[in-house]
Amino acid sequence: MPSYVIDEKCDGCKGQDKTACMYICPNDLMVLDKEKMKGYNQEPEFCWECYSCVKICPQQAMDVRGYADFVPYGASVVPLRGSDDIMWTVKFRNGALKRFKFPIRTTAEGKAVPEGGFNEGKGDLKSMELWTEPASLGIAALPTTKK
Amino acid sequence: MMEFETVQLSTDLLIVGGGMASCGAAYEASYWAKKNNIKVLLVDKAAMDRSGAVAMGLSAINTYIGLDINENTPEDFVKYVRNDQMGTIREDLVYDIGRHVDSSVHLFEKWGLPIWKDEKGNYQRAGRWQIMINGESYKVIVAEATKNALGMENIIERLFIVKLLLDAKQPNRIAGAVGFSVRENKVYFIKAKAIMLGCGGAVHIFRPRSVGEGLGRTWYPPWNAGSNYAMMLQVGAEMAQMESRFIPTRFKDGYGPVGAWFLFFKSRATNAFGEDYLATRADAVKPWAPYASAKPLPTPLRNHQMMLECMEGKGPVYMRTEEAIANLAAKYKDDPKAYKKKMKELESEAWEDFLDMTISQALLWAGQNIMPEERMSEIMAAEPYFIGSHASHAGAWVSGPEDIAPPEYNWGYNRMTTVKGLFTAGDGVGCSAHKFSSGSHAEGRIAAKAACRFLVENPGDVTLDTSKFEEIKAEIIKPLTTFEEGKKYTVTKDITPKYIRPKMFLFRLNKIMDEYAGGTSMWYSTNKPSLEKGLELLEYLKEDSALLGAETLHELMRAWENYHRLWTSEVHMRHLMFREETRYPGYYYRADFPKLDEANWKVFTISKHDPATGQWSIRKLPVKSWINV
Repeated sequence: MPSYVIDEKCDGCKGQDKTACMYICPNDLMVLDKEKMKGYNQEPEFCWECYSCVKICPQQAMDVRGYADFVPYGASVVPLRGSDDIMWTVKFRNGALKRFKFPIRTTAEGKAVPEGGFNEGKGDLKSMELWTEPASLGIAALPTTKK
Repeated sequence: MMEFETVQLSTDLLIVGGGMASCGAAYEASYWAKKNNIKVLLVDKAAMDRSGAVAMGLSAINTYIGLDINENTPEDFVKYVRNDQMGTIREDLVYDIGRHVDSSVHLFEKWGLPIWKDEKGNYQRAGRWQIMINGESYKVIVAEATKNALGMENIIERLFIVKLLLDAKQPNRIAGAVGFSVRENKVYFIKAKAIMLGCGGAVHIFRPRSVGEGLGRTWYPPWNAGSNYAMMLQVGAEMAQMESRFIPTRFKDGYGPVGAWFLFFKSRATNAFGEDYLATRADAVKPWAPYASAKPLPTPLRNHQMMLECMEGKGPVYMRTEEAIANLAAKYKDDPKAYKKKMKELESEAWEDFLDMTISQALLWAGQNIMPEERMSEIMAAEPYFIGSHASHAGAWVSGPEDIAPPEYNWGYNRMTTVKGLFTAGDGVGCSAHKFSSGSHAEGRIAAKAACRFLVENPGDVTLDTSKFEEIKAEIIKPLTTFEEGKKYTVTKDITPKYIRPKMFLFRLNKIMDEYAGGTSMWYSTNKPSLEKGLELLEYLKEDSALLGAETLHELMRAWENYHRLWTSEVHMRHLMFREETRYPGYYYRADFPKLDEANWKVFTISKHDPATGQWSIRKLPVKSWINV
């Protein structure tokens, strides 16, 4: 299946023009069945299992079942992605459970400042230096070498 | 027949793609564009937050030089990449990545990417060039900074560019691109005075090891369809080293990363009988001197040693995770509390490595009840991939930086292809391996700045032949028309002589490539007669591409992706046939020329498809080596 939608949890993102999973899927796999008002994976054998849909689903209605051609049944890997960290619950086929939490970002969502606090360079279109160089390199000048 | 709206847009710089290279390009272009009154438009086949190869995240940044604390120099980087790629790299391009890449990494950190630190407060190294990150949101963060810099009003998502357009009046001059929305019935014609093409590498050229549901669990993402290579070839850009495929040796089936295990956890890999094949097979790589005598051993040669184990029946091959973790925890064994803490830390680091970038591998371990501290785990060589940014170097033949590139490597603007105004970066650039995510971002920035300079110094307009628009539009939506007309002929829509659906087209392509061009079923071996046969079969497939049929916009996308894969396959086979030696064992073997031939083949192979005549040509150019020799 790879990513799948749990029927009773999916609300089709309440009739907006596209669902969250449709918005995010890098491979254009998720579609909305407008009669049922439920999302589904239209081409499971092209799913990379990137979990982008699982992470973004506002209803936690999505999960991944490992590829049936090589993953034994019974395991699951479930993310809970917050604004600055992600918690993973790994359930083994034999029932063992592990939980991990990792940071995902150090700045507030939406607040990435393009210049990153580095001074702009000379602004010379002909030079080899980029926008924030040499400041963002952490050295005095951009290195060069002989031809 | 569905009605399609024609949308006409015009811009100065068009950036095609939304991955790391394109984000770098858009970021840099936003600055120079404001200063020089340049209009920039970026179009992405997906949604930028999770598009490209870093969609899922990454657990390491594989290219960081450490210029600020004198860890390495760009010259050191050139030396490393040159040897790993068996001599055939462009030193000007690799040096250029080496001198700029740290700047991108420092920006990522400021934007919010968590980077591990060592006890001195420096970035935590995994290996000489690699640093460890908490990278689940790597792409989200890079996309956010890109959007903040360029503005959402200059970005169109879910628009798949399928063809580039040449100027109607000036020869060999890029003038625009055409594509379609994968969500609405719209065909876009975009006039552009310069284009930065950043469409990634190529996946599903060869038949993958898993062909059921697991078809999509390729090592590189399945949405990388060779669009970069195909579109550049179609407008006559020269391509270099297109024989340079990459065979990733990864955890079997899930394709989880092995880099951290080898470098950070100091793990060994052994055959099924516990033998360390890197040691026992030391003599097997000696014919590939001088590259075989350098440390680290080049990636293809390490693959070669492992393939010999498998071909001689000594598999499965294992990553000795249980041994590595035991070794790392050993020094705490007399203090039970400290030991327990260390084991917990190692366990968490091991799982994060997968959860940040290859979640399937974590799911596979859980499904097979594998706990890395208890049981070793299988590794295996995967099917071939095309990726100019990893340990291989297929891509366009581009102009180098003017302060470093010798005259034969420089024809104007940095990272410009041999088509005027057409730039590329990341996987699109040939002869410049080991850029990875950070180097691809840096290269996008380099290319975009050069493109802005090109626009300022070449102020004239470009012209599209609008009389051809209706014809091109019909060609783009043809698979939909073919399906619509053909489906009436048979009772069921799947089996008909009237069209070939994209999936079957893909399977046919994969079978040809696997069996004639050295895929997994042939243990990566091919020869001239096999390649000639493969090209003959590919010719039939090319003719049948006119019968591609698509039921939906999504399937239309698949049809065009597979058309791009077809071009990538052809150029690959032509290059395989041209290079009469085996320079990259472990990537592929020319069974009829099984040895390295430095005297005749220490060269770049450069091919071209002439858009006017349809003729292919391929030439050699000696490799120039002058940095740190």
